[in-house]
Amino acid sequence: MMTARQITSETKVDSLSQQIINAYQKNFPLCSRPFLQLAERFNVSEEQIIARISLLQEQQILSRLGPVFNHKQAGASTLAALAVPAERLDEVADMVSQFKQVNHNYAREHQYNLWFVATAANEKMLQQCLTHIHRETGFEPLILPMEQSYHIDLGFEVDFSEAEVNKHEH
Amino acid sequence: MSTNAIAFLNSENPELSIEQQLQLFNAIESGLPLVAQPYLALAEEIGVSEEQVIAMITDWQQQGLIRRFGLVIRHRKLGYVANAMVVWDVEDEQVDAIAEILAEQKVVTLCYRRPRVLPHWPYNLFCMVHGKNRDQVEAQLAQICQHSELKSLSKKLLFSNKAYKQRGGRYQHQLAT
Repeated sequence: MMTARQITSETKVDSLSQQIINAYQKNFPLCSRPFLQLAERFNVSEEQIIARISLLQEQQILSRLGPVFNHKQAGASTLAALAVPAERLDEVADMVSQFKQVNHNYAREHQYNLWFVATAANEKMLQQCLTHIHRETGFEPLILPMEQSYHIDLGFEVDFSEAEVNKHEH
Repeated sequence: MSTNAIAFLNSENPELSIEQQLQLFNAIESGLPLVAQPYLALAEEIGVSEEQVIAMITDWQQQGLIRRFGLVIRHRKLGYVANAMVVWDVEDEQVDAIAEILAEQKVVTLCYRRPRVLPHWPYNLFCMVHGKNRDQVEAQLAQICQHSELKSLSKKLLFSNKAYKQRGGRYQHQLAT
C-alpha cells in the first residue's frame, strides 16, 4: 500500500496545469493546432502543453478533453437512486457500475444511499436498462429525470491555494 | 426505418453523411486524442477533412448539442471530496424563483428540477455544492440559506462519501439497419 505522501507527490499539479484547468474547461480552441494556441497564451511550447494534459489524464484528474453534451438533445438520461442495506452497498454498487449505461455512481448518506446517472441512445433503451438494474439488484430504483435545468455546467474554478491533491480516492 | 431517429443528425448536411456524423459523435464522446492535430486525427479515422470535423463540432456547439467543450475534470482528484447534493421541497409555483436564486450562488454548480416520487421522495429541486471538506460545504450552504426566500424551505444534504464510477455518458448511438 502506498503512503499518503507518495500518492500526493504523484498527483501534484504544477502551476501550468492549474492554469490550463482553470482556463479551458470550456471554449477549447477549434482550430488545426489547438495546443499551440494554449502554448502561445501561456508562453511555453506546444509539446509542454500536450505533455501536461497527458499527465493530467494519466493521473486520472482529467476525465477527457472533449464535449459535455446536452443530455436532452444527445439522447436519454436520468438520475436514479437505490435504497440498499449498508452491508450490501459496495456489492450492489459494483453491480450497478457494471452497466455500460451508468456513467456516474456514488454512495450518499441517506436511506437512498446509491445514486447513479444512466445514459442511453433513447428513452426506450434507458427504461430497459433501469428495468435490468431493478431485476439484477432486487432494488427498485427511484427514477428522477431532469425536468428543467437552471444552471448550465460550465466547469468551475478550482482553488489550488491549498493544493492538497487526492489523498484517498479510487 | 428512418435514420433521423437520432434527432441531432442532419441529413441535409452536404459535407458529412449521417454515418460520418455519427462516427464523429461517437469518437469525441470519449475525448480528443492528445496529439498536435487532434481534429486531423479524427478526420483521418472517419475519412473526411480536418476542416469538416472542426465545422461539425462548431455547429454542434452552436446548436446547443454540446454545452461546453474542454477539459472535463474529476474534481475529487483535486481535493474536492466533499460533494453534497442538496435537495429541496419547494411548492411547484415557487420552483422557478427559488431555482434562480440558487443558480446565482457561486458555490452551486448544477441546479435542476426533478419530479417528486411520493411517498418515498418529496424533493423536487436539486443542486450540487462542491467543497474540500464537509465543514466547508456546510458553511457555504448555511450562508446560502441566510437568503430570506430559502430560510424556511425543507431541505436535505446528501453527502457523497464514495465515488464508484465517474466518467462521461456514452449514448452508444447506432443507426438501425
